[in-house]
Amino acid sequence: MKRRNVLAGLAALATAGCSRIGKTDTFAGLVDGAEKLHRHAHRTLGGRRPIAREYSLADVSPYFRGNGNQEVDSDAYRAHVTAGFADWRLAVRGLVERPLSLTMEQVRAFPQRTQITRHDCVEGWSAIGQWTGPQLSAILDAAGLQPEARFIVFRCADDFSGTPYYESCDMDDALHPQTLIAHALGGEPLPVRNGAPLRLRIERQLGYKHAKYLTAIEAVATLDGIGQGGGGYWEDKGYQWYAGV
Amino acid sequence: MKRHSLGTRLWHWINALSLIVLFMSGLNISNAHKYLYWGEWGFAPEDAWLRVWTFPGWATIPGHYSLAQARDWHLLFAWVFGIALLLYMVTALLNGHFRRDIVTRWKDWRPSAIGGDIRSHLRGNFGEEGRYNFLQKAAYGIVIFVLLPLMILTGMAMSPGMDAAWPFLSEMFFGRQSARSIHFIVAWLLFGFFVVHVALVLLNRPGRHVWEMITGGRRDETA
Repeated sequence: MKRRNVLAGLAALATAGCSRIGKTDTFAGLVDGAEKLHRHAHRTLGGRRPIAREYSLADVSPYFRGNGNQEVDSDAYRAHVTAGFADWRLAVRGLVERPLSLTMEQVRAFPQRTQITRHDCVEGWSAIGQWTGPQLSAILDAAGLQPEARFIVFRCADDFSGTPYYESCDMDDALHPQTLIAHALGGEPLPVRNGAPLRLRIERQLGYKHAKYLTAIEAVATLDGIGQGGGGYWEDKGYQWYAGV
Repeated sequence: MKRHSLGTRLWHWINALSLIVLFMSGLNISNAHKYLYWGEWGFAPEDAWLRVWTFPGWATIPGHYSLAQARDWHLLFAWVFGIALLLYMVTALLNGHFRRDIVTRWKDWRPSAIGGDIRSHLRGNFGEEGRYNFLQKAAYGIVIFVLLPLMILTGMAMSPGMDAAWPFLSEMFFGRQSARSIHFIVAWLLFGFFVVHVALVLLNRPGRHVWEMITGGRRDETA
């Protein structure tokens, strides 16, 4: 009888209208559990910091698609474009010993890394591009992380109907050797559609993590109180924070 | 002895539920980008080998377009499906279910033998009661050992985190976009299996077959 109850329960679950189940706390808890399980499985199977595959120049897509916001709709940004981003600043703040305000020259003065990687959008498409920029870890070293810092938040100049874009990652991704603050695509300054003048490259995760039009990097202890607390613009809309799947 | 062991029955229904959720949430995910490519990359209609049609709300989970929610369902049930399949395979190997009921003989695969099996099927003769005939064994074997594992492997190959950990996965499918294409094709092959499987149950004493897959039924010792 017990087994039959289980089967009857399964059948009821199948027919009971998934949208109703989707709104329950239990379901939300299960989804969070699955997300954590994916993250732990990936880190366990590949070691703590597996390196995303890098490609050769011959593999690069002829054009790198822009998606999401493909420009920043403000006069201030357009003025920056006209001025070649000469006055653009990248702030490094939050739980750091030495807050910084980096010019583009200073960003380019860090040791540079160039990598050819595949960009996978959550929608399903992929493009391969060659990115250049300093490792985020080098910038964080220069600013000196405080020990309470557990996440890095990325602030962006773009917004969707007034809601600013932002993203975040844990220290594992922030200090990963392939996590770059990229200023060049294919050896040229970033095109506006791809996030000029600076964007995040956070290989091993989907496209929406790769914040564009970066204005600030913030070290924080918790993601609570930032945006709606989800850790990113799309996360606040229901997308998963760990975007490695 | 039961005709279907407890393990087989539990797996059958958990697997059925998982596959329905995965298929329907997968159709919602497909609506997010309706082009399929071959190789590592692809993002533009002119590079696509297939433009996929838009799946209507009644066929998707949730019943309206939501990539975020569809992914929640898909990635949760991927675990249910994957773990259940693994446990079932281990159990069925250990208790002899595969060897006894699923494994075929090489000579059964000769075209003439298969042709004969199909002809007797079409005449409504489904073979000995209580035993799987060759076409059943072949269908179940292909689904369990080829199609279901392919769904898991191509699914993992699409994950950028998994790709960093195990790059050979997407390499073995000729690139991430090919893995995505194969995932889509195999999903429809499984849908085809589902249709035929349900149709054959309906044609051949449906009440008894469903009841046996719930309670276990009885295997005739003399058969």
